[in-house]
Amino acid sequence: MMFKRNGLAAAATAVLLATSLAAVDARAQEAQYFPGLQYRSGPFAPSGIPFANGFRDYLAMLNERDGGVNGIRIHYEECDTAYNNDRGVECYERLKGAGPSEPAVWNPLSTGITYALIERATADKAPIISMGYGRADASDGRVFPYVFTLPATYWAGADAMIQYVKDQEGGDLSGKKIALVYFDGAYGKEPIPTLERLSKEEGFTFRGFPVASPGLEQKATWLQIGRQFRPDWTLMWGWGVMNSTAIKEAAAVGYPMEKFIGIWWSGSENDVMPAGDAATGYKSLGFHAPGTDFPAIQDIVAQVYDGDEARAKENNLGHVLYNRGVMNAVLSVEAMRTAQEEYGARVLTGEEMRWGIENLEITAERWKEMGLEGFANPIKLSCEDHEGGGSAFIQQWDGDSWEIASDWILPNRTELRPAYEASAAQYAKEKGITPRECN
Amino acid sequence: MLYREAGQFKTSYGADQAIFPIRQDRIALVLFAGIAVLAVPVLASNYFLETIFVPFLVFALAALGLNILTGYCGQLSLGTGGFMACGAFFSYKLAVGIPELHIVLVFLLAGLGTAAVGVLFGLPSLRIKGFYLAVATLAAQFFLVWVFNKFPWWTNYSPSGVISAPPRDVLPGLAVTGAGGAPAVKYLFLLVFVAVLALVAKNLVRSRIGRTWMATRDMDIAAEIIGIRPLWAKLSAFAVSSFYIGIAGALWAFVYTGSVEALAFQIDRSFQVLFMVIIGGLGSILGSFLGAAFIVLLPILLSNVPSLLGLQISVEIISHLEFMVFGALIVFFLVVEPHGLARLWQIAKEKLRLWPFPY
Amino acid sequence: MNPIALRFGFWVLAPPLLIAAIGFGLQGLAAANSALFFTWGFFLEVLLAGLLQGVLYALVALGFVLIFKASGIFNFAQGSMVLFAALTLVGFIGMGLHWTLAFIVTAGVMVLLAMVVEKVVLRPLVNQPHIILFMATIGIFYFLDGFGQMLWGSDVKMLDIGITKETTFILEGVFEGGILVNGFDLVAALVGAVLVAVLAVFFQYTRVGRALRAVADDHQAALSVGIPLKTIWVIVWSVAGIVALVAGIMWGSKAGVQFSLALIALKALPVLILGGFTSIPGAIVGGLIIGAGEQVAEVFLGPLVGGAIQEWFAYMLALIFLLFRPQGLFGERIIERI
Repeated sequence: MMFKRNGLAAAATAVLLATSLAAVDARAQEAQYFPGLQYRSGPFAPSGIPFANGFRDYLAMLNERDGGVNGIRIHYEECDTAYNNDRGVECYERLKGAGPSEPAVWNPLSTGITYALIERATADKAPIISMGYGRADASDGRVFPYVFTLPATYWAGADAMIQYVKDQEGGDLSGKKIALVYFDGAYGKEPIPTLERLSKEEGFTFRGFPVASPGLEQKATWLQIGRQFRPDWTLMWGWGVMNSTAIKEAAAVGYPMEKFIGIWWSGSENDVMPAGDAATGYKSLGFHAPGTDFPAIQDIVAQVYDGDEARAKENNLGHVLYNRGVMNAVLSVEAMRTAQEEYGARVLTGEEMRWGIENLEITAERWKEMGLEGFANPIKLSCEDHEGGGSAFIQQWDGDSWEIASDWILPNRTELRPAYEASAAQYAKEKGITPRECN
Repeated sequence: MLYREAGQFKTSYGADQAIFPIRQDRIALVLFAGIAVLAVPVLASNYFLETIFVPFLVFALAALGLNILTGYCGQLSLGTGGFMACGAFFSYKLAVGIPELHIVLVFLLAGLGTAAVGVLFGLPSLRIKGFYLAVATLAAQFFLVWVFNKFPWWTNYSPSGVISAPPRDVLPGLAVTGAGGAPAVKYLFLLVFVAVLALVAKNLVRSRIGRTWMATRDMDIAAEIIGIRPLWAKLSAFAVSSFYIGIAGALWAFVYTGSVEALAFQIDRSFQVLFMVIIGGLGSILGSFLGAAFIVLLPILLSNVPSLLGLQISVEIISHLEFMVFGALIVFFLVVEPHGLARLWQIAKEKLRLWPFPY
Repeated sequence: MNPIALRFGFWVLAPPLLIAAIGFGLQGLAAANSALFFTWGFFLEVLLAGLLQGVLYALVALGFVLIFKASGIFNFAQGSMVLFAALTLVGFIGMGLHWTLAFIVTAGVMVLLAMVVEKVVLRPLVNQPHIILFMATIGIFYFLDGFGQMLWGSDVKMLDIGITKETTFILEGVFEGGILVNGFDLVAALVGAVLVAVLAVFFQYTRVGRALRAVADDHQAALSVGIPLKTIWVIVWSVAGIVALVAGIMWGSKAGVQFSLALIALKALPVLILGGFTSIPGAIVGGLIIGAGEQVAEVFLGPLVGGAIQEWFAYMLALIFLLFRPQGLFGERIIERI
């Protein structure tokens, strides 16, 4: 595991694998290694499982359908973090040297683990994609060269939500009241500065209601919201059991679901189904479409599940979080494709993958070409901008499925960008990092 | 045959009071220290150093602290996580606020601060006992984590409430915190630091103060009657224990993970350390180390076993199996030896003395 | 005056007086500080919601009390027993059983579990210190967590046995906007009350119940008059398992059956400590005090410091009570001799 990063080591690993395992794939040494920090156990397993399945299935589909990416197969290895930071670090260290090549890209799937890995991965020259979670200020690629926040950060999410609310209120928010129900931890606190800034700019009253982990206890919170504060709109940054409990308690105090919007981690089938009929009308943000009406998703059914749709459904096919896993896999693979255009169709190093993500551009045509037309909006990253200018939309639960309920909303990045830069600059100062030049 | 002290005469009080009175033990200790200092950093891979040895040493220190309170003084505490959080956040504020302060000094000062907090939350122990005392320490646990989570001053107004350790050197050029710290350096630093603190603890529990703790543990009323002040005994145990736990928390945040939020010190952490103490052996310094090794290593070992054996089991099943085996092993060890791994070790030594000719 | 009447009068009069005093105190605070808010209608609403919530805590705490009473073991695994029972129940319902039938089958599974625990864990560890037995139950906790999820999977499962989710408003004439009452919580409170009544009768008037109390008083004395300790333990763990099942149904239909249910054991700890480890009515009264106390504190004092105080407030409340009564409200007086 102390192997230096060179081809010899990779070859040696491959030889070792070949000798230890009799039935080794002849092309194993040609495989690009994708480590997966997933969670299929622990308190957040219900949300972690569909995501992990989507990620795994998309990669498996590419291997089956196209024989990998430009002839390079993908070797995918999972480790269960149980959404626990120390286990996440342990998994990172374990998986780091466990594949046939250098890890292509890390997807920690937890804000806490992202925080714990930023320094390690930067030291190891391994890129991290924290897709819709993690540090918002990592969008400043000068301070965080190895961390990517595409397609949108929590700050951008908060901005998009307020834009939607403003639109619904006829373009004026002054005098309105907006509440935020948030998980009392790193994740839930992310949107607060943005919302506070917007409340000053737009003239609405903002009040936050923290919910202690894991979020089974929200009676007092909702009595305050539903019976005392009575906000015009309520936003939510919740995860796992907190979401369904919030929806139930909101319904119990008679809060209208149409005025209740969750962030993208608070808008999956897991969150609304335990609440039953009460959840009908509940809204959430999303940055990719739900459902199975995409050729690429159908390819998964055909290739991975041999056309057995029922079995695919058992593996959460078309579930919001499943599609998010697919989205994450798409972004990772497209970055690999981009890097291959630069470095040739071969197994890439972490540093080369980093270049690939940084120069990633997915246009509407490209989404269509992948069989995912309308799945997500175009994004384009650069050396400075590690967020890529993605947009989001509002989806609504109609009792049976999630329906898209708004146009794409582009967060106001001219306002957000200075905030990213200020926060990143403070991080750089504390850590003694000299931001790199981007030209 | 080999492990026999026949012929080793003690001719001075010093020799009689040695921590390791038997020559073979001393030889083993030197060998062990040699391996730990010389062989481990060279031979172990970064994975082993970073994810096994470093957390093991940090947890061993925390377990040592809790063992002083629970094992030696008999006060059940479930507030370990809260006290670790104290150490972590105190040292963060110190290290960032006074950058000139040497990192070792930062850790020690953070430990002292935690000791003060520990004494405060130890006050109810004068009136409440046993499982009921657990509530006082649980109040500390939840309250302290809440404080560090709620007030952004502790995190220097970081928007998400996560602190990340500033890079600091222990000797010029040898970074132990931040990403610049080489795993081997971190490991050696921790090794020395923890070894010194363990030596202090060992001597504390052999001295007068340790004996007052043990008397209080065995029966506090009786101890009071023979002239031990329960106030002094209990509060000093809380102070010393919190000092160790606070340093462990600081090391956790600075040396092990590098960045930490208050939620990392939730009640699970308290339970984890308590398991170590009970599995390792209540009232044993060695037990703290054995318990920490057991609790840190076992889950990692269990989750690695299937891949080492070349079995293709889904990650999900592995996690669930890991839970089951972990639970079953705890019960198994308790049934085999309720007094912990330290007692097992002692029994093994007794047997070894007579081996190969037991009578 | 008759001392019993005096005591009765105290217990009837003290709670409303205390509540009124707290209400006036909070009203004064709110008048002095603009961040706070107080109206009597809202106060009563929160109080009621808290009391009903407290019954749900008490349901979990009851399981702890049963086992502690009979064997002196602090059963850390109670939370995972709740999860395991709920998972099993949902699993059987998923196989097509009606929920009443599934309930009976699950109860059978819990009895089986009790027998295994007695055989594998309790019997070999008899006469060990409490903390060792506590640790052993932690082992059970981990085992059950893994086992339950391995058998039934870790995704969220819906549990709907037709408990009403309607909310109603009462006293609309007295307070502006009325007082909101959650139908589900009322049903849960009712179930809790019935369960406590049944358990109380079981302990007080049946042969097995008397044997249980004898064991709780003194293991050796009980043994010497011919009470089979092993059987008693199996019975107690079975009853605790069934209580866990009821708690699991209540919490599971509230939040879906999933891993987090195992964590509600933590909500039961302050209840347990406040009420006393050995008292069944203590669990209920403790639950009511903790439930009402933490909700009122969160709503009316939380805004002062930024909220989310209910978690530690419950423990602080228990701590304050303990400083006056170190054995809990209804716990047996601790007598120490040398």
